[in-house]
Amino acid sequence: MNNINSKDYRKYVNSKIPKPSYFKNCIWAFIVGGIICTIGQIITNFYNNVGLDKEDGAAATAITLIFIGALLTGIGIYDKIGKRAGAGSIVPITGFANSIVSPAMEFKREGYIFGVAAKMFSIAGPVLVYGFGSSIIIGIIYYFITK
Amino acid sequence: MAQKKIGKQTVKFQNPPSIISTASIVGPKEGEGPLKEYFDIILEDDLYDQDSWEKAESKMLEDAMKMAIKNAKLLEEQIEYILAGDLLNQIISSSFAVRQLQRPYFGLYGACSTMTESLSLGSMIVDGGFADNVLCATSSHFCTAERQYRFPLELGNQRPFTSQWTVTGAGAAVISANGSGPYITHVTTGKIVDPGIKDVNNMGAAMAPAAADTIIQHFEDTGFNVDDYDLIITGDLSGIGKPIAEELILTKGIDISTIYKDCGIEIFDGKRQDTHAGGSGCGCSASVFAGYLYKELKKGKYNRILLVSTGALHSPVSANQGESIPGIAHAVTISNVIS
Amino acid sequence: MEYLRAFLVGGLICVIGQILMDGTKLTPAHVLVSFVTAGVILTALGIYEPLVNFGGAGATVPLTGFGYSLAKGAIKGVNQNGILGAFTGGIQSTAGGIAAAVLFGYIMAVIFTPKAKS
Repeated sequence: MNNINSKDYRKYVNSKIPKPSYFKNCIWAFIVGGIICTIGQIITNFYNNVGLDKEDGAAATAITLIFIGALLTGIGIYDKIGKRAGAGSIVPITGFANSIVSPAMEFKREGYIFGVAAKMFSIAGPVLVYGFGSSIIIGIIYYFITK
Repeated sequence: MAQKKIGKQTVKFQNPPSIISTASIVGPKEGEGPLKEYFDIILEDDLYDQDSWEKAESKMLEDAMKMAIKNAKLLEEQIEYILAGDLLNQIISSSFAVRQLQRPYFGLYGACSTMTESLSLGSMIVDGGFADNVLCATSSHFCTAERQYRFPLELGNQRPFTSQWTVTGAGAAVISANGSGPYITHVTTGKIVDPGIKDVNNMGAAMAPAAADTIIQHFEDTGFNVDDYDLIITGDLSGIGKPIAEELILTKGIDISTIYKDCGIEIFDGKRQDTHAGGSGCGCSASVFAGYLYKELKKGKYNRILLVSTGALHSPVSANQGESIPGIAHAVTISNVIS
Repeated sequence: MEYLRAFLVGGLICVIGQILMDGTKLTPAHVLVSFVTAGVILTALGIYEPLVNFGGAGATVPLTGFGYSLAKGAIKGVNQNGILGAFTGGIQSTAGGIAAAVLFGYIMAVIFTPKAKS
């Protein structure tokens, strides 16, 4: 078996793998993602009605959704939603909260500093790195273009 | 001149050691699977009354070891060597489990191939005349493996079709110079075969060529035919890897399809239990062997089997660095009669 | 209508994520990172703003919306404070969400313990 050609073998293996049910997965992602965004809209409208302006309302909505996502992760429901919904519950900001709470909970037994606090951003950290990083670069480019 | 060596990679024992007892403990999910009646203990809770998953795994292994010793009607002091291993970094489950037993201990790492690795070495120790009673054991736990190799439990991700479900389970066996079988008659030790698979969610495909290599070598070294066996059972190739191994072996003109099974497929009901490709982990072949296979050998349903535990020897570090997954498989012939 | 638009836009953005995950070997972490970065870039190119105006929360709740806030904040920061604003603007506009994630994440981790999957 040592003479196995890894390229041919990978091709052969790929022919053996059942294809994911794209259609079903996409429908689930669409519906769950859509529902989470609709809830977001309801929350936004609520904050706008109580007098927050557009930007503050958006921030308050984000905070509320993060709280909901964190809570659902804590009580063990978010991973069950995610199993069906896939990207439908990963892509909304509630999924960002899930990605923070789940490792933080998981590593609690390793202590509150090297466990909870250190692992909290193991998945969400890269999001902040690339998000912050790219926005700063965009800002700098904008500065030189408009100067 | 090595007298017990036959062919390139096989040992034929002169005084085949006997497996005088086994013990198996599995988690709740495995306890709902098709093999549930064969396991000695089915946990009600994955935590096993401990305060971490790691401690639960270690306790499971310790209890399986103690139960196997008890079933063999031996005292702990009569065990001369313990050979054990698991999947966790620095094999902590095993080392912590044997801490209480105070017996000479070799820690092993062969990933999911550890059960046959320990049975192979244990048999060699006994046949070599270095000991009369050796304890071989391994374990794995879904929750400890998941956090080490994959994602946190509560992360809302989807598992790919090719992914396998790490078995929560432990198996232990006492191998003795004195006993009336089933006997370990032959051992074929595998080489590392790396077919260049890099997808850590497709370990079955990464290990299948290693399993095929060991099985083909076993037939070549021993001169056995497929008809000499009632069952050939691999460790955890599961839904993707099993048909691949079968086809690779067929290319050498050996058709094992009629007697070929896989522990990872047998332990779960793939349709009902949503385990995707099937079970995996050291505990998979360990609990299926210590539970199902040993009991059916005793009953006489099987008279001679070839147990081939398969291991994927990667780590999260090597996977992140883009390394491919090296596979290994060790085969052990377990027979009710000495040929 | 506003709700329907949020549903459609949000759902479609998630479908793009699903196709990325099923069609390639991308993990959730890869998807989150690409969506934030895509949001930043699309906003800078002026493509995302119209989508936010049309879809409302459907465009702001997905992680691309997080990127949108970052980029918009950075540009606003530059307009107000020059080059310093490029550094402070984006993070200012998303500070609420991140602070909430840290606090709630910590609290939930302290209160709850993960359960085994079944």
